[in-house]
Parts: sequence; structure tokens; C-alpha cells
Amino acid sequence: MTTFNLLVAPFLEFGFMRRALIGCLALSLSGAPIGVFLVLRRMSLMGDVMSHAILPGAAIGFLLSGFSLFAMTLGGVVAGLAVALAAGFISRTTPLKEDASFASFYLVSLGLGVLIVSLKGSNVDLLHVLFGNVLALDDAAIYLIASIATVTFLAFAFVYRLLVAECFDPGFLRSVGGAGGAVHFLFLVLVVLNLVGGFNALGTLMVVGLIILPAASSRFWSESIGGQIIASALIAVVSSYVGLVVSYHVAVPTSPAIILTAGAIHALSLLVGRHGSFLRQMLRAQHLRG
Amino acid sequence: MASSPAIHCRDLTLSYRRHPAVHHLTGTFAPGSFTAVVGPNGAGKSTLLKGIVGLVRPDGGSIEVTGARRSDIAYLPQQAALDRGFPMRVLDLAAMGLWRRTGPFRRIGAALLREVEAALDAVGLSGFEERMVGSLSGGQFQRALFARLLLQDARLILLDEPFAAIDGRTADALLGLVGRWHREGRTIIAVLHDFNAVRQHIPKTLLIARDPIAWGPTSEVLTEANIARSRGLDEAFDSDAELCERPAA
Repeated sequence: MTTFNLLVAPFLEFGFMRRALIGCLALSLSGAPIGVFLVLRRMSLMGDVMSHAILPGAAIGFLLSGFSLFAMTLGGVVAGLAVALAAGFISRTTPLKEDASFASFYLVSLGLGVLIVSLKGSNVDLLHVLFGNVLALDDAAIYLIASIATVTFLAFAFVYRLLVAECFDPGFLRSVGGAGGAVHFLFLVLVVLNLVGGFNALGTLMVVGLIILPAASSRFWSESIGGQIIASALIAVVSSYVGLVVSYHVAVPTSPAIILTAGAIHALSLLVGRHGSFLRQMLRAQHLRG
Repeated sequence: MASSPAIHCRDLTLSYRRHPAVHHLTGTFAPGSFTAVVGPNGAGKSTLLKGIVGLVRPDGGSIEVTGARRSDIAYLPQQAALDRGFPMRVLDLAAMGLWRRTGPFRRIGAALLREVEAALDAVGLSGFEERMVGSLSGGQFQRALFARLLLQDARLILLDEPFAAIDGRTADALLGLVGRWHREGRTIIAVLHDFNAVRQHIPKTLLIARDPIAWGPTSEVLTEANIARSRGLDEAFDSDAELCERPAA
């Protein structure tokens, strides 16, 4: 098999492979800043939680109108935001910490979501919602993902300084009258939008992997936020492409192939990354002069 | 500088879950005054500063800042609250102090950049501009926060244990900077632990142990008798405490 056949031909030959690639690339690029800020805010697990939280909303959409992109997206956004806000509210007003409060909500959401899907659909439908079907992206789904990526980029360009300040020193931002709460909320909205956009392709359970794994790897390659976002986007793009190619040739499911590729890159970053990896720590054992 | 800000506390009580951290405090931080707030752990010193900035709401009495808008107040919280490993350059950290002038959107041009460099120079961090915040020592990090304060050019400055965990030389240098702010007519309140430094450098002192013990010129406040009284504070909350019946003033 030639390199061309291995790496390029599947995408020239099959429209569904091209669509899958375009969808995943858009998701990768837009998920990068989201993931980097989730990691910076120590909210990596919150991403996971919110991806479960969108499930019952999407499921209600599915229950009402089958696999309607619009209904499932709307349901997912509403449910995701509702859980994020309710969990935040409970952690602010009761002694329950935010992570515990999020965990309670997502466990209930997961149970509710699975129940609702199985009320109407089959196990195949359930698998579709949980793990996505990246090889069956239609035009509408691709437009949706691309629109979400565009909105994400514009929003980040607009609130970048606010977001960094809110992330590093929320007290400072409040003291100079910056709209910290509004920025935090906008960020949550962007997280939910990206998760909902991604769940059509990779499924609610897998989409977080494409957002968090590259971001967690990126800190081994750059020390600045901008550098981490670029590294994260590159890692996500490479993971998407390699995952698609592997799943095509080896005939394994696509979402796990993409996530596992991202996982392999993460392991590589841990071992040999430029900053703080095991390799760097071993090299540093010999200290500098004075 | 025009009129300096003042802070008026009237029978002020600030609490966490109804347990008072600051209890029935009445008095004024005069315009242009430089006051040390001292007292044992759990005495409500940090809470008082948070109350002034508006991070904790009074649940009794009132607190009023005159002569300063919210954006004229610079507040330096305890260091532990910040993520020291945040991926940010020293230059960016200091430049946050320009917020009042740049806001969230305006560009930081060459002139402002020179101001940031000058501020870093003033705190002895010249040459650290491109270093990452995470590579700084505790004292250097504190200096960088002072550079940010310098750029804020605020007229009311609140410092919460600004010299905790930093060496004497750095503390002296930063205290010198604070003294200069005082001479420029800014109103300054600093939570401190080192009685000697307070006696040497700070004209006014408020000694609190939840309830105010004494407030006035430092030499009159920091007497053996007052300090002994402040140490009588029982740190633990009395979970069966009865409602405070002291009538509002």
C-alpha cells in the first residue's frame, strides 16, 4: 500500500470521510481554547460532567422528534446550562462543594438521559447518542459544528483579556469593576455549545476527550496560554486525522480511535514534552552553575 | 492629589454564617491616613478589608467609602489565594494594573509598556519582564504584585499581609514604596503581623480581636495591656452562641 493510498485516498474516495474530517477539524480548533481554559480553571472534570448533563436534554429532543438535529441541540444546550447554573448555585448557597454538586447532577442526568432514550429508541440509538457517529455527519451537522467554532473564536477574541484576568485573579477583576460573573457564564455557554456541537460527531461521552486530552497535553509543550492553545489545536487536529485514518483501515469505531490517538499523544507529551515531562526532569537533574 | 478617600465604619459587623468576624466596629480611616490592622489569627483583619472592597456584605451597621469610586481602590489579597503556576509573563501580571486605563479591550501601546517596565524597575524586577510568573520566588512574586499596584495608581490601597513569607530586605524595600504612597496623600490600610515594623513605620494602628480593642496613634494602641487583651480571643466559634443583643448604635 502506498503512502498516498494510506493517508489521502480514503478522503478523496469517500464523501463521508471528508465530512468526518471537516467536522472533526472544526471541533478540534474550537475545542482547543475551551480545553486550555477548562484545565487552567481546574475544571477538567467539569467538562466531563457537563457532557453528561446535556444528555437528558438531547434525549428529550430525541423523544419528541427523533434524530432531529435542531431538537437535540436545543435540548442539549438548555439541559447543559441548567445543570451548570444549578450546580453553581447549590455550591454557592450550601456547604456542598462545586465538584460534589456537579457530580450529583451528572449522575442523575446520565440516568435520566439513558432512560428517556430507551423509552422511544433502541440500543442502537442509545449508542449513537453516547458515542456519536462521526461517519454519518450530514450537511446540517457540519454547518452547526462550523458555526459553533466561529462563534467560539469570535467570543474568545472578544473576552480573552477578561477571561485570563478572571481565571488568574477573580478578586482583582471584581475590584476593578470587570464583569467577572458574566465572563464566567459566557465561558460556560461556550463549553456547552462545543459539547453539544461535538456530541453529534463523537457522542456525549467521547467529545470531552477531544477537548481535554489535547489541552492537558499542551502544557508540556508551551508555557504561555497562547502557545498552549496552539499546541492543543495541533494535537487535536492530528488526533482527529490519525484516528479517522486508523479507523478506516483497521475497521475500528471512529470516536474511540480519535480519543485513543489523543491519549497516545498525551502519554508522549508526559514522557518527552518540552516543559516538565519526565524526560525534562531527568535532564534537569544536573543543575546549572550558580 | 485631590481629596483623599476616607472609610467610615458605623457599628459594623461582618460575619460568616452569622458568626461575627468583625464585631461592632465604629471609627474612621481618615483621608490620607496610613493604618496598620493587627490582631491574632481569626480576629477579622482580612474580613474587614474584604468588607471595604465589597466582597463581604455587612450584616449589621454600615461601611462607607468617601472620596473614591470602586475603581480607585486597589486591594492586594493574601498571596495564597493566587495560582502561582499560572502560565503568564511577569510583564502581563504587572500590566493588569493598567486595567482602569485599558479596560478589557484597549491595546497596550508603547507608552503604557514603558510605564509597566518602569513599575517593574521600581520594585527591583527589571529584566524579569519575559519570565513566567511560575519561575518567580515568593518574594519576587510579591514584588510583581506590588508593580501591579503601582500601575493601578489607586487612591485607596488595601494590603492583606503583604510581607508574609518574604525576606526582610524585600519587605523593607516594599515598605519604602508604601511609605512613598502615603506621602503622596493616598489612604492606606495594611494587615500586618510584625509589631516592630508597625511601630517603626506606620503612624496609626487598629488592634482588633473580632471586637475592636484600640484604634489610634500606633504608640498608644500597641501597649502591653492592649496586646494582652487581644490575645484573650478564643479562636473557635461557639456553635451555641446566643444572638448578639447589643443594641445597634
